Formats: sequence, structure tokens, C-alpha cells
Amino acid sequence: MEKVLTRNIGADLKPTGLNAYEANGGYQGLRKALAELSPKDCQDVISASNLRGRGGAGFPTGMKWSFVPMGDRCTPGHKYLVCNADEMEPGAFKDRLLMEYDPHQLIEGMILSAYTIGADISYIFIRGEYVVAIQRLRDALAECYAAGYLGDNILGSGFSLKMYVHPSAGRYICGEETALINALEGKRANPRAKPPFPQVSGLWGRPTIVNNVETLCNISHIIYRGADWFNSLGVGEDSGTKMFGVSGRVKNPGCWELPMGTPIREIIEDHAGGMQEGLQLKGFLPGGGSTDFLTHEHLDLAMDYNVIGKAGSRMGTGTMIILDDQTCPVGMVLNLIRFFAHESCGFCTPCRDGLPWSRQVLEDIESGHGQAEDLETLAYQIGYIGAIGNTHCALAPGAMEPLQSALKYFRDDFDRHISGGCCPYHTTRGA
Amino acid sequence: MPTIYIDDQALEVAQGENILEACLNAGMDLPYFCWHPAMGSIGSCRQCALVQYQNEEDTKGRIVMGCMTPVTEGARFSLSADNAGEFREAVVESLMLNHPHDCPVCGEGGECHLQDMTVMVGHRDRRYTGKKNTHRNQYLGPLIHHEMNRCITCYRCERYYRDYAGGKDLAAQASHDHVYFGRHEEGVLQSEFSGNLVEVCPTGVFTDKPFLKHYSRKWDLQSAPSICSGCAVGCNIAPGERYGRLKRVHNRYNHEVNGYFLCDRGRFGSGYINSDARLDYAGIKKPDGSFMAVHQQQAIDTAVGWIKNKKVAGIGSPRASLEANYLLRELVGAANFVPGFSDREAAILSTIVRTLKTTTAANPSIKQMEAADAILILGEDVTNTAPRVALGLRQSVRNKAFELAAQMGLPQWQDAAVRNLAQDQRSPMIIVSAMDTRLDDVASQCISLPADDIAAFGYGVAKALSGEKMDDEAVNQVADILFAANSPLVISGTSMLHEGIINSAVAVAEQLHTSGKSSMLSLCVAESNSLGLALLVDDGQSDRAASIPKLAKRASKLDAVIILENTLERRGASGEIQQLFDADSKVISMDILENTTLGNSDLVLPAASYAESQGTLVSSEGRAQRYFPVYQPSAERLPSWQWLLKLAAGCECSELAELEYFDQVVAACANSQPALAQLVDVAPLRDYRNQGLKIPRQTHRYSGRTAMNAGVSVHEPQQPKDTQSPLAFSMEGLNRDEPASLIPYVWSPGWNSNQSLQKFQAEVDGPLKGGTSGAHLISSDGLGAVQPQVSVTANLKPHQWHLVPVHRVHGSDEMSINTDEVAELAGRPFIAIGEKLAEKLGVVEGDGLLVTQHKAEFSLEVKILSRVAKNCVGFSAGYSETLELQPGDLVTLVKDESWVYPTPTMIATDRGAAHV
Repeated sequence: MEKVLTRNIGADLKPTGLNAYEANGGYQGLRKALAELSPKDCQDVISASNLRGRGGAGFPTGMKWSFVPMGDRCTPGHKYLVCNADEMEPGAFKDRLLMEYDPHQLIEGMILSAYTIGADISYIFIRGEYVVAIQRLRDALAECYAAGYLGDNILGSGFSLKMYVHPSAGRYICGEETALINALEGKRANPRAKPPFPQVSGLWGRPTIVNNVETLCNISHIIYRGADWFNSLGVGEDSGTKMFGVSGRVKNPGCWELPMGTPIREIIEDHAGGMQEGLQLKGFLPGGGSTDFLTHEHLDLAMDYNVIGKAGSRMGTGTMIILDDQTCPVGMVLNLIRFFAHESCGFCTPCRDGLPWSRQVLEDIESGHGQAEDLETLAYQIGYIGAIGNTHCALAPGAMEPLQSALKYFRDDFDRHISGGCCPYHTTRGA
Repeated sequence: MPTIYIDDQALEVAQGENILEACLNAGMDLPYFCWHPAMGSIGSCRQCALVQYQNEEDTKGRIVMGCMTPVTEGARFSLSADNAGEFREAVVESLMLNHPHDCPVCGEGGECHLQDMTVMVGHRDRRYTGKKNTHRNQYLGPLIHHEMNRCITCYRCERYYRDYAGGKDLAAQASHDHVYFGRHEEGVLQSEFSGNLVEVCPTGVFTDKPFLKHYSRKWDLQSAPSICSGCAVGCNIAPGERYGRLKRVHNRYNHEVNGYFLCDRGRFGSGYINSDARLDYAGIKKPDGSFMAVHQQQAIDTAVGWIKNKKVAGIGSPRASLEANYLLRELVGAANFVPGFSDREAAILSTIVRTLKTTTAANPSIKQMEAADAILILGEDVTNTAPRVALGLRQSVRNKAFELAAQMGLPQWQDAAVRNLAQDQRSPMIIVSAMDTRLDDVASQCISLPADDIAAFGYGVAKALSGEKMDDEAVNQVADILFAANSPLVISGTSMLHEGIINSAVAVAEQLHTSGKSSMLSLCVAESNSLGLALLVDDGQSDRAASIPKLAKRASKLDAVIILENTLERRGASGEIQQLFDADSKVISMDILENTTLGNSDLVLPAASYAESQGTLVSSEGRAQRYFPVYQPSAERLPSWQWLLKLAAGCECSELAELEYFDQVVAACANSQPALAQLVDVAPLRDYRNQGLKIPRQTHRYSGRTAMNAGVSVHEPQQPKDTQSPLAFSMEGLNRDEPASLIPYVWSPGWNSNQSLQKFQAEVDGPLKGGTSGAHLISSDGLGAVQPQVSVTANLKPHQWHLVPVHRVHGSDEMSINTDEVAELAGRPFIAIGEKLAEKLGVVEGDGLLVTQHKAEFSLEVKILSRVAKNCVGFSAGYSETLELQPGDLVTLVKDESWVYPTPTMIATDRGAAHV
């Protein structure tokens, strides 16, 4: 398979500097666009490529961009492009890889995206703990300003763009694009109500596009090589390649660039090396901590947005978390709910006060103090917290996904906790 | 008008409103927390959930938030669907996880929106078995009590305090279920409008601290419609009483004036009514200078002996009711009546009255000011002189935001979205003042000028508006801004005691009209009835002869002088006033609290406060409004108008002797002046009945009526009768659908909190079903007010500074300062200087300065201001220690080397280890 996103990332894991990046075709997409393509042309290419957002929601990138008011339809003032590099989804580490080892790929994608939507200021809003990536991005930005890829009149095209790295002060919710915008403005990182969407009223009230790192990394390749090429990369319904990751008790946890639509079994068994000795696969979260569990029966599904969606889960970030047969699913879900309850911004009631309630019920069950009616309470909470629209943003519904699917697939484990008065896994493992 | 369907019931709703508003307007009970009619929607509490259906066939629907969903033609909703009801119940259940359930000891109990909503959604049984989160409470000053454990995180406090009122020192902190609303550290809340937190908070996190010290439940309070006497804005208030003490003041909604909010002086400044400094009995001065208490009749007989068929003069008061002033004027004769202003103030008020009667500009209500899209403020620190107006102006500057929102099709109630869109873009507000004002933070431009130059600036703007190109580019710019606006507003006032400034403001407003604009002109006056009194004595001439000093000079030729609720030392000319007391003529004073004028009088009569009497006040808007007694005056106190009627009867004063009822006094007063003719329309007459019933001051749950005084006497007193108004000192009657001026408190079945107001409103955030209280007295002939040009700036000698009055919400007002909490916040009298001058004088904030004016010397605490006009220093206006200082006086300043730094004293607070 052709490597696209990771073409500059070798086995030696050395970061790619400007020279190495340019030597491998870097900034050709930008040169081509600035010389030959209008922003409208770029927009059309991206729309035709069927690129979908890699941050988790899978929203078509071209469509997202198309809502940005262009030309006379836009009131005078700035437009902004923001890279969402606040990678905090449990189990996700794909963006870090891309930023640490090939920062220019992201920057080139951002310059092209900014050119397409007419943005003149851009930010990389990056998770504060990503200190290596922050430094490498800053070094790369300095190189770009020096080389004329950023700043005024880029490559003599008349197009100007400033780019800043903004390390987040921390919080998972900053990954939600409107909470991210609030955080960038120095406000509490609460998500905003939509509409209005950021495309028309985003950062500082101006048109703003927020895209995930991986999404933006695809842009230069699509612009340079065209939509048809990109469409040809996927082996299933979706286009392009995708960074897939596997964590959990597999032999070879890690992150690989594979075609869209790669079967799950291939990712787990071929790339992650299958389960560790003595362990069986019990289930997995296909797209990170806020996606529904899938099990054995889903192993042959293709990792495509709609395929995984039909199976009752979401492709999310494409970074799977594996549950083995000797790890307590209740404990795993409790761990996730603890995380989400803690990361609630505290804005809306079902999330702020509902998730800690779920956490408390799960703590009771896991510690052997559960009652039979607790499962009804959990089911009630899933209906209350889990439905999109009940809450202000998608955090709490996302948090309910592993819980609701665990109750569906691993109900027996919950029952055993309650009837036995203790966690059965702790006794068998002697932990 | 779109039609929407709620539970298959078709509703005609107003375009642009949201579903929550539509439901409330239709009389439906849809619970809510975070939405507030004045602050719009943010969708955080998720309480107002309904089910929305795609079409008639859709049976599943999806949950939407009423407050975040605009009405659209044909949209279908269900409020009663099981899933909607279950969701709303779940929201309350989760809000209750950490709520302490301490209702029995909570100051909100019985008027708690959270209690109401909990009952409304039907939540009863608790399933959560975990521990509750707890928080540390903060000391927030003497006014607000903080109890964070009760918080349900609706964000209303933060949104009110920061977004609506412009406060900086209260914010949401932390996250998840640890969100904390408080200050960055303990300390006094800095906003002049902090008290509204008490009413904005849907539960007991922020409660009225002075009220808690002598607490009663809402249902045990006796209330009456009243008008704030703290300044001239005329906010409507609902004071509550029990056991003969004024317990608290709540906001009383007036769509056009104060809406939902009061300033802290208005809410907390009435504690003086319970003060030990109140007069209980009449007193006759004994030769040794002390007073002998006498009964009412004895006092009246004595007074009548002194005044009947004698040469008597009267001094009125801008803080007394129009009726009392009128009666005194009739009693002594117009020629012998002095309104009781200082000479400077009298002159300016006379100008203002003349202006209001002729100007082409509208004299706007606060509601109308909120619609202004460009504002010029000349010389007034509105936040400190007409606080509630300033809160309105903070909304006016948002019109830019609403304009941007409208361009995007974003409704105004989408509060967070509108604020995010506009960020710090505001409608222009230009403040021209001598020193910083508390609106500087939202002003587009602040210009610091001495008083005369402010006037010159105003005249310059007027000239520039007439097309003349002025040398000062700032003047031209301001003119351009005002000219570009649709509804420009000019604000000035009497606080600088500078007629030129007022005149220049009038000139700008008039020129705007000449230039084809419909302008608004708002002139702030000082006291609750300054304008009413000025109207009463206005005879159309600019005769300013009747003044206190002139009266004092001829005091020896008089037999007696009657002073109505006036502390003369606050009216300037202290030397002359002393002549009045030194003369042989008898001085009869009636007032509420002990003061220097009473001390100098020969006979003192204890007057009832506003909470114990009836009267009309005229606000700076020219709106006459009636206050009614909340409870009957105790001891031998009488409302001043009744004292005066008794004196008139004793004197057999023919016209007055026939008056018995307050309504008759009002009618006589209305007849006395064409400008007062509308007085009879201010409130219904005493024989008004609401569907045959009087309006009860007490709630239907009022307890202990037969027993609450049993500790004093086991004999059950007769229920007092109110023969003077349509209100009753009783639980019986009907408090529903009455005229707005008669609503004593708000309550509706299932809505025990102040949120029941929406049941009294004709529509959400609209006028009350019973109209809007008050009547406009002044109608302009529209011929245009012409004002003379201003004098030029005086040349200063080196090291001399012009005194500029600096007003404070807490401290400058005569009456409220006698409230412990206000006194604490007022601090000590001060001299306010700029940073450069401070450096030159070698002083820092808190040091002392010797201020020399003529020969008098004052040692005052230094306050440093950020913005001070050339040659200007400010002084604490209205503080009793600095009454001798007059605006415009020249002073010299030296560091006070012997300044004693007082240790801070806590008068009213309960700060201390035990509190934390």
C-alpha cells in the first residue's frame, strides 16, 4: 500500500525537517495551488475527494468548508483556520505521531486550507502535554516563515497567513471545536450552542474552520495529486488512508497508516499481532473511548464510517481499545466514565451531574455493593444522558456509548458483580 | 404570527420568540432555570425540555430545549409526552444529587424556584446513594450571603453579574460537578448591583445577608407596592415587613423603569428605617437643650399655638412626598414656602423643569434608553448618581451586537451566541467627565475635562452638529457619531452642580432635533422627589428668590418656621442657616431620623418613613409614582402629610381643614398646578376594589396573625384598617390582575418565587397585565429649549485645584448611609486625585491629605483615580464630613504627615473564623 500520511516517517522515527520534507515532494501542493488553483478550485478538489473529518465525527470536510462565507458574502475582517491538535480521546495517539515526525505536512495542509477558505490567521491548538510536538511545530513554523511559506505574500502569490502554536491549558472538552474556540479566546472551555456554526461565527465572532490534525495532513496530498487519486486509496466506501491504532493487551500495540476500509481483523491480527498469550478477545472500542463496544462478530467489518455506524458503533478516531477476557468490563467502563465525568465542562446538567451519578452506580457495582435495581438506574441514565440533544454537546452521549454497549454485550459480567458481591475478575486474576 | 402546536393545541405565537417563551405566554407551566427573561437563553440547565415532532405522523419525536428552539410555522411539540416529563424529572433529580436539602434553614425557602420546579416535575424519591459534593463558602461583603453547596450550576449569577451588570469579580470557576461561582478570593463584591444575585439565583446560593439577620419567610412578610427613595430614578420596589420591622426590599417589576433589577442602595439602603436613631415621639425642646417627649395632641397643640394666625414660613424637601410638600406650601402660603434645595441646585432644577417643558427631545424611560444606539454622557457618573440608569446603559451599548445578530438572523435571546458574535463591539458611548466613571469600561471614548470645559465640549458638539467645523477634532467626531445614530441619547445631570453642563446637554439634544434626528435627553437629578418639588414650585418664571439663606436672613421677622424632612446642613450656606436656628422664631421640624436640623428645632415631630406612609414621588423621567405604606407607623409616628393636615386643622386653615383622605390631598395638589394635573392618574383611588375585594398586603399563607404579638400581649389586636388606599393590612383579598401600581408582591399557584412574575406579565418580559405604574407629569410643548452659552474656564493659581464632587452609591445618600451595611461599604470621606498628582504630593492610596478651602482645613483619605481632568480633584460628595466642600471650590493640597491610619472596622459583617 502507498504511504501517504506517514511517507516521511521512517522506522528510525526521526523528525522531518524542512529540507527533508521538501526533498520528498513537500510544499509542491502549496506551490501548485498558489500558482494554478483558485480557492474555489481547491474547495472543489477537496469536496470531490470525499475526505471526511478524521477527528471522530467523520463530517465531510469539503461540505464543512463550503459554509464559510466567501468574497462579498463575507463581512470585512479576519477569517480563521484552527487545527484541532488537542488529542485527548482515550486510546488516541495518532495525531501526536503525525505532528512529531512530520510537522511540515500539517503546516502545508493548513496553509492550503487557509488559502481555500480565505483565512489570514491560523492556530494550532495543541494538547499541552505534547511538549515534543509543540517544540517541533514551533521549529517548523520558524523554518516556514524563513522560507516564505508563511507570513506576508506567500511565495509571491499575494496570499498572506500567520500561524501560531497555542498549547492548551488542558481539558478533554477543548477537543470539541466550539469549546476549543472559547479556550482560544481565553474563556471557559464550554462548548457553544449551534447554530450559529463556527463557519459563520467562530473565533472572535468571525468565520472559522476547525479541523483535526490528520484531516489537515491529507490536504496537501489531495491538492497535489487530485481527488480521483485520493478516492482510489480506500479499499471500502470511504476515501484515502487512515491512521489506525490499537491499544490494549495485544502483542504489538501501535499506530499504522492503512487504507480506509481495512477490515478490523486485519488491523488487530496482522498489524497489532493478535492477543497476548493466554488472552482472548472479548470486545473492542473501535474508535476510542467514546465509541460503542463491538465484539467477535464484527471482526470482519471494514473500518469505514458507515459500516461501523451500522454495526452500532462509530469509527471515531480509528484508534481501537481492546478488551480481553481477563479484564473486567465493568472496571473498564467505570474507568472511562470516571474520565468523562471528570472532563465534563460542567455546563449542562445531564453531563455535569448525570455522569458522576453513573460513576457512582458503577463504583457500587464494581466494588460489590451493587443492587439489582442499579442496572435499571444505569439504563435510565443511558436514556437520559445518552441521547444527542438531551445534552449541550456530544461529550456525555459519547461517554454513554461504551456503557450502553457493555450492558448489551457483557450484561452477564454486571450480573455476576451484583449477585456475587464482588468483582469476579479480581478473584480469578488474584489482583 | 406563526402557529405552533403544543400537545395538539394550536397556539398563535409571536415571530422571533422561543418555545419556552411561547409556552409561558400561553400560561403553560414549563419549568426552567438558566433562562431569564432579561438575559435570554444559553441552554445549560436542560430543564425546559419538550418533545419536538417532525410532523403529524411522527410519534417518536426528539427532545429539544424550549429556550433554545425558535418558533417556526407549524412546528409540533409536546410538553406532556412521557419522555419529556421523564427527562425534566431526571434533570431535577440530578440537580438534587448535591443539593443539601437544607430548605428549613435556607433563606430562600418558601420562595425558591428550585423547590417550585422540583414539585412541578414531580421528582420525589432519591436514587443517588453517593456522597454530596461540598464547597467552601466565601465572605462576599455585608450584603450577600454565599452558600455554594446549594448551587445547581445554572450560570445565572455569573451571566447576570458579568455579562449583564459588567461586574468583574464573580465568575464560574473549576469544572465538571465542581463548578464554583464566587470571587477569586474572599472579599466585598464590587458591583453596585450585586444585590440582584439574590433574585437571579434560583435557589439559596446568594441570599440577602441583612435579611438573614432578622429573617422571615416570604409568606410571613407583609408587603406593599413602593417606590425607592434612594435616588431620582424611581425604581419600583416591594418592601416586606414583619413584627414592625422592615425586613427586606425586593424588586417590583416595572417594564419601563427598573425591570427586574435594583441597585444595592435601593435594595439594602432601607435599614435606617429600623434604626435606633428613629424618632418615636414628638419632643419639645427644654431650656437645657434636651427634648421632652410629648404625645401627638400635645405636640400639635403646641405647634398650633406657635403658628395659628402668625407669620410662618415653611421649608419643603426633595426627599418628602409631593403631597407633604404641597400641604406645607398651602399651610404657610406659597410666598412663604421655600422648596429646600440649595441655591445652586434650585437654579439648575428650575432650568431642568423649563427644559423638560419645552424640549424637542424625549425624556426617556430606562427601557427607551436601552434602545439608544449612541450615547453622550456629559459630566455625570451615572452609576453612582442614577445607578439603575447605568445598568440600562450597559444594555444600550449592546445594540451593536443585536444589529450584528440580526444580520445573521440570530435572535436576541440567543445570549451566548450574540455575545460570541459581537465580542467587544459595542454601540458608541462617549463619556465626558472630570474623573473616571463606573461606565468607562463600556465607553467607546472617555474624555477628561474640568466642569466648564465639559460644558464647552457639549456646546461644541451642538455647533458641530449644526454643520460648523470645530477646531477640536474630538468634538467633530462625537457630533458625527451622534448624527449617524438612529436613536441618540444625551445624558447629563445635577451632580456637578454646574448649570452650563446641563445647558450644553440640552443644546446637543436640541441640535440633534434640528438636524432631523429624534433624540433623547435624560437629566439626572439628585433626590427621589427633586423634580416633583421643582414642578410644585415652578411658576413659569425664572424667579429664584425663595431660598433657604434668604429665609434664614429674615427668620427673626417670622414667628415660626416649619421644616419638612430636610437636613439643612446638606443645603449649603451653613452660616446663614445657623441664623435661622439662632433667631427667636420657633422651628418646628418633622423627620424620620435624628439629625442636626432636628437637634436645632424647638419642636420635633416623628415622621413615618416611606415604608409607613403614602405619597407620590416624581422621578427624573417626570414619572409620578405612588408608594403605599407597607405597615402602620409604630409609636407616635405619623406620615408628614398627616402631621400637616392635623396642623392645618388646628389652625382652622379653611382649604386644608376639609381634607381627610390622601386621595383628597392628591386631588387638591393636582389642581394647584397644571403640570401636576396627571397626579390623580398615578394610582387607583382608595375605593378601588379588585373584583369587589381589597388587595391584600399579606400572603394567603401569612402565619401567626393572631399570635405573633403574644409575647408582648395576649390580647389579640384588631387587624389595622387601611382607609386610605385599596390595599388591606390583611390576608383577605385578591392579588391578581390588579393595576400595576397596586401589586404588593408576586405569587401564583405553584410559583412561589419571584419567577411568578411571569404570571403577572401580559407577555414574557412585557408590561404587566395591569399596565405600567406611574403617570408622566411633564409634557413638552415641543417648541425647543434654548439655553444660554457657558462662561469660560477660570485661571487657576499654581497649586490650586478645582473640587469635583465624586458620588458613591454607598455613602453619598443621606438616608441610606444610616444603614449599617451601607455605612460599612461607604468607608471614610475621601479626596480623589490622579496618579501624577499623588506622586507629586508624595501620597499613595490610603494616605491622608490636608485639603484647605478658604480657611477651613480637612484631613481626608486619599483615593487614586485612573482618569482625572487637569486641575481637578474629587471629594466624597454627600458624606457628612465633607458637606462644607462645594463643587468648583478652589483648594490647596498638602500631605497630612500626622495622618492616622485607622484600623478597618467591621460594623455589620459576620466575617470571622466561625463563618468559614
